[in-house]
Amino acid sequence: MFGRSLWVYHANSGGCNGCDIEVLNVLTPYYDAERFGIKLVGSPRHADVMLCQGPAMRSTAQALKRAYDAMPAPKLVFAIGSCACGGGVWFDSYSVIGPVEKIIPVNYYIPGCPPRPEAIIYGVAVALGVVDKRVAPVEFKELELPIPRYHPEELQGTGELVIYEKAEKI
Amino acid sequence: MSVLSKLEEARICLKAGRVTLPYPAKPQAAPEQFRGRPIFDASKCIGCAGCANNCPAREILVFDVCQEIRILQYLGRRCTYCGRCAEVCPEKAITMSQDFETATNSIPDLGQRLELFMSTCQRCGRCFKGPSVLEELKMRGYRFDDLQNERWIFRSQARLRGEPAVDDVEIELD
Repeated sequence: MFGRSLWVYHANSGGCNGCDIEVLNVLTPYYDAERFGIKLVGSPRHADVMLCQGPAMRSTAQALKRAYDAMPAPKLVFAIGSCACGGGVWFDSYSVIGPVEKIIPVNYYIPGCPPRPEAIIYGVAVALGVVDKRVAPVEFKELELPIPRYHPEELQGTGELVIYEKAEKI
Repeated sequence: MSVLSKLEEARICLKAGRVTLPYPAKPQAAPEQFRGRPIFDASKCIGCAGCANNCPAREILVFDVCQEIRILQYLGRRCTYCGRCAEVCPEKAITMSQDFETATNSIPDLGQRLELFMSTCQRCGRCFKGPSVLEELKMRGYRFDDLQNERWIFRSQARLRGEPAVDDVEIELD
């Protein structure tokens, strides 16, 4: 979709500045993000990618929506940090609406509180198609029950006692 | 003056050499104390829900779908990796891994879901304590295990049919 460099716009909608510092860290020569053509711009009208930090707050939701609408058409949104991905620890307080995807559509999620600079670079590399994503949903199921099942319709009553016979089938 | 300062700057840059890490091409390990994604071990978990009670982000949900199965679900989206779940776990079933490469394009990738088998308490008939003392008062009947014939015997039929065991005691719940 994007043939050239990604110009990113950095929007903090009420975070604690922890993720901001990590994003700043990505742009330093140590984790040089300009290898991938990533450049920080000051206006959403110049940007291809919006980096969202912080949850959607009541006070900043409209400003976030307006900044998203001001970006030109092929646009990506990265949610960086636990607040932007899921609302953060204070997800249920009055002033927090929730994750930023309640306000604007989000394409890529980078969880962490804050995420490491390597994790942010990894997210950008996943978006660029350089590497594959490594996480997948984990599900553990008990395939067979370790005790026999007892069915209530097969119970036998003898006076005061009720007897559950062991059922072979489940 | 400006040319000299530029030359001085170039000298410093050449002296520093190349500092950029070749990160996405070569893997880079996190430091020793780093807390990454928690890993839930279903073979050790006893389903006590201590992690769910201690999670500050309310990320771990525990619910029972039937008498024997308890589901522990970790959503992972607003987890702050504080490690309190691993700290309170009595069986050390939760370990904070060093895995930080969790960037994804769909949120359900971050979740973990365990179906745990819970055996039935012989005294109360449930796998956990009742919600309140008043509800526990309603539980009647005591179960014996007839192990040789592989069957269970209840003393009274009252709690099986859902009738109150003592008619003259009416307990208002809620």
